[in-house]
Amino acid sequence: MALQSLDIKQRSATTTPSTQARQTVEIAKLIDVSTCIGCKACQSACMEWNDLRPEVGVNVGVHDNPADLGAGAWTLMRFSETEENNKLEWLIRKDGCMHCADPGCLKACPSPGAIIQYANGIVDFHQDSCIGCGYCLTGCPFNIPRISKEDNKAYKCSLCSDRVAVNQAPACVKACPTGAIQFGSKEDMKDYAETRVADLKERGYKQAGLYDPQGVGGTHVMYVLHHADKPNLYAGLPENPSISPLVALWKGVAKPLATLALAGVALGSLFHYVTKGPNEVSKEIEDEIEREDREKEAAK
Amino acid sequence: MIRDPKDLKRYEPKERANHWVVGISFILLALSGLAFFHPAFFPLTQLFGGPTWARIIHPYLGVLMALSFLGLYFRFKHLNKITAADKEWLAKAQNMVNGNDHDMPEQGKYNGGQKVMFWVMAICMLLMTVSGLLIWRAWFGFDITLVRMGAVVHAAAGAVMIGMIFVHVYAAIWVKGTIRAMWYGTVTRGWAKQHHRGWYRQITGK
Repeated sequence: MALQSLDIKQRSATTTPSTQARQTVEIAKLIDVSTCIGCKACQSACMEWNDLRPEVGVNVGVHDNPADLGAGAWTLMRFSETEENNKLEWLIRKDGCMHCADPGCLKACPSPGAIIQYANGIVDFHQDSCIGCGYCLTGCPFNIPRISKEDNKAYKCSLCSDRVAVNQAPACVKACPTGAIQFGSKEDMKDYAETRVADLKERGYKQAGLYDPQGVGGTHVMYVLHHADKPNLYAGLPENPSISPLVALWKGVAKPLATLALAGVALGSLFHYVTKGPNEVSKEIEDEIEREDREKEAAK
Repeated sequence: MIRDPKDLKRYEPKERANHWVVGISFILLALSGLAFFHPAFFPLTQLFGGPTWARIIHPYLGVLMALSFLGLYFRFKHLNKITAADKEWLAKAQNMVNGNDHDMPEQGKYNGGQKVMFWVMAICMLLMTVSGLLIWRAWFGFDITLVRMGAVVHAAAGAVMIGMIFVHVYAAIWVKGTIRAMWYGTVTRGWAKQHHRGWYRQITGK
């Protein structure tokens, strides 16, 4: 069920408008990559608040643990070793749903109400309506949703919509010991990011900047990056993410037009029948065959 | 069943059974597929025991249709080679649609329109099968670009297929005396002489 205290802005596979009357404040989570120490407290807090207990995995040789996002791992610290400014840099990015203003998952989802975008910007999966088709994975430009092997439902970060609905910050924000994860209105987060970017620039990171990609209409999870010109350094964060043109084509005007075309063929057939009439065997040919039969009969 | 001993046999029981396995799986696939095609059709999932069941069943029906279609393909492929007479028939198809079939060129077992239908369906079936496997998340996890292309191709080829089947079904309803060929295998001599004179002459020797 959608949270009663949050207005719904958009719901998947729904062609009529959702609630529009009220205007609520857009929220955002700001992740300052430069002050993250990679402690994974956010991962633990996420598991604890959301009651997720993914199976204990194995060490795959790097610090990432678990190795990937999953139905029970909605956020994940991804570690990248890079060489920038002639020195080794160990970049750490907390990966998870970006809560796009223009969500590819919601656009792709065929099940009405299985994906909801609240007016505050949170994109939430409602597993009770999820049918397990995986179209959200197809639509997502950030490779975030995961289908559970147990129940075939799609899962991802909810931005703790249940906490936000009662004016609490997401669990990961509460747990972060360095203040690398901040939460508030999107405007406030942008203002705060500006001070962080200015500080980084002063420290020599000339390309520091805010990651709030406009290709997906902006996101409600934003990053402060020391190398904002090279987001790819951070475990493949896409440079200009947008909903794939293939997904736009698949979910755009083509389908309503195809539906109209199909209706046209069906109605066209009906009206063809009632205007032109059926195509019956002509009297001439029936007579010919009858005559042949009679001649044969007479010849016996 | 032969209603009149002089009726002409058009389809063997095996061919009819094969056709109807394809036909039934197509109807079920179209209904469940449309449900995921556009929200307007989503309520069709109720015919399959709910949306999740529709999602589970659809690809298995697809496998059934792909395999049974392969049967039809090999049974009828040699009868669907497009000839010069077929091209002439297609050029004059407008006259036929307008109800004037007097000066249509002589046709064998299948006319040009039926042959085009056969090949479009064969191509669509191939596209549907390949793209369907690409987007079958329960069993496969292909590269995301392939999955996205699969989703587009699956929807597009599916729409073409449904449109073509509307034409296929309507043609059978419109041309009286046709549907019985797929029910019990025979057609009248008059029907054969009018619509498929080449075939009529071939099997009656007239």
